[in-house]
Amino acid sequence: MTKKENNDDSPGVPGFRTWRGVYLFVFGCFLLVVLALTLFARLYA
Amino acid sequence: MNALDWIVLLGTIIGIAAYGTWRTRHTDNLNTYLKGNHSTKWGTIGLSVMATQASTITYLSLPGQAYENGIAFIQNYFGLPLALILVCAVFLPIYRKLGVYTAYEYLGQRFDTKTRLLGAGLFLLQRGIQAGVTIYAPAIILSTAFGWRLDLTIIFTGLVAIVYTVTGGSAAVNLTQKWQMAVIWAGMLTAFVILLLKLPANATHIAGAMGKLHAVDFTPDPQLRYTFWSGLLGGFFLSLSYFGTDQSQVQRYIGGAALREGRLGLMFNALFKIPMQFFIVMLGALLFVFYQFQPDTPLVFNQSAWQRQVQGPAGAEFRALEEQHAVLHAAKQEKIRAWVAAQSGGDITAEAAARTELAAAQKASDTLRKQARDTLYAAAPEAKKTRDSDYVFITFILTQLPHGVVGLLVAVMFASALSSKAGELNALGTTSTIDLWRAFRPLAAHDEARNVRNAKWFTAFWGLFAVGFALYVSFAENLIEALNIIASVFYPPLLGVFLVAFFFKKVGGTAVFWAALATQLLLLGLFFYGKDTVAYLWLNPIGCAACVGFALLFQTFLPANHTNERE
Repeated sequence: MTKKENNDDSPGVPGFRTWRGVYLFVFGCFLLVVLALTLFARLYA
Repeated sequence: MNALDWIVLLGTIIGIAAYGTWRTRHTDNLNTYLKGNHSTKWGTIGLSVMATQASTITYLSLPGQAYENGIAFIQNYFGLPLALILVCAVFLPIYRKLGVYTAYEYLGQRFDTKTRLLGAGLFLLQRGIQAGVTIYAPAIILSTAFGWRLDLTIIFTGLVAIVYTVTGGSAAVNLTQKWQMAVIWAGMLTAFVILLLKLPANATHIAGAMGKLHAVDFTPDPQLRYTFWSGLLGGFFLSLSYFGTDQSQVQRYIGGAALREGRLGLMFNALFKIPMQFFIVMLGALLFVFYQFQPDTPLVFNQSAWQRQVQGPAGAEFRALEEQHAVLHAAKQEKIRAWVAAQSGGDITAEAAARTELAAAQKASDTLRKQARDTLYAAAPEAKKTRDSDYVFITFILTQLPHGVVGLLVAVMFASALSSKAGELNALGTTSTIDLWRAFRPLAAHDEARNVRNAKWFTAFWGLFAVGFALYVSFAENLIEALNIIASVFYPPLLGVFLVAFFFKKVGGTAVFWAALATQLLLLGLFFYGKDTVAYLWLNPIGCAACVGFALLFQTFLPANHTNERE
């Protein structure tokens, strides 16, 4: 990569201005998935 | 398999390989050969990362494992999204900024040549052996199920992967993996829908009542193999090692049009990996329910090995086991129906009593299955090379799916073997060229054509090595499980070295080199003398923490001129 890349470039994803926002969104989704799996296991236990 | 299945299978597998070879046949630029096309977008990178990680074992063995032990295995992936966030935020920008071809090249720039060679050596040793297993694992199951010759199955799979990986390098791997993933998803979704159509209405409740849906277990017991904590912590470090420091993954995302594409490709995996694995383990749990209602559910799923014994001189013993199984299976069906009736009646006491009786019936059935397997293994020791649960999904495919779809599902197995194998060969060829050959011949770095030629030769060498290893290990037992555990023994020092490189700027090459070796000795000691007290996933955080701790300790005793030797 000869061209300089900016670590803080906009992610270019609608609704997200920074990468930190993308990471928080992914982390939030992970928490929701764990919660959903826990509820799923309880519901069918 | 009939003619239609063969057309679908060969058309899909050879068609994708030929397309990848043809599209990338003129790749003679080193950057494109080793990192892939400059214009690669995040979707291709994301699918490529996913395809490299998921081998045939994922699609063939995981449903069988869920059939046997339920869906608790899903917890192994809990650390993955968090690890990918760290790779995106720290590892990837540094690799791109330095313009390295391999992760170990970065170790050379940050520390010194001996640390770079140690990293590359650990990777080549481990991944070279794994490449053999990637071919061997599906070949032995498919050859047993279909009656094919094992050696020819291994050679066919190996040669197809070698041809397009050598021809187009990373560009061919990325391109073919995208289409292979399309085949895999189409096949798995088709099988899932057909299975759903064959299930009773309350299948999920039955699976739950029979203990197959314990997805999350918060018990803080380090001896339990699959818990929320081992999955979160052990899985985090294992994923961080794999995605951050294993060249077969690093190579998938360091190319691409921009930093953004690699990051989004990794975030795609962080979002969809757990749901994808959930879908696969649920397939296994629902297969379990399906086989509870089949009148001819096999006692042992490796039917070719079992039938040979039934028709052999000791057949009477095996037929007696089958008769016992038929009685127990019918009794268990009655218990399931009784539980369903009690549950829909809303009587909590009756439901609990019916559940207890059902659990007892399942236990009796499990005991008989174990006895049948032990009898089979005593009579035919070669059947021990694979687990019986590995044959659950392939049995469903062969007996329940229509022709054409059978060919598609077998294509799924080959496509997943080829996609992970190609990623591995590509990385092995690249590391051999950049970190070994070029490290000892620095003047040759400017001759691009010679570099590409050598990368092709190394890729072909590793491909043939993997095929040879797969042919050889067919004589060994329980190798696949052993190698999965070995990954947890050899990965942590490598991850420790990278974490020191990223986060402890004052530590130099000599300290981290000896720390990695000391950690390796510690892990080998723990593995051989402490495996009864610590589940293997815990070796990842322990080893990583030990490597960082040793490096900091050793650095305090080393003179200042050993710090940041190359900076």
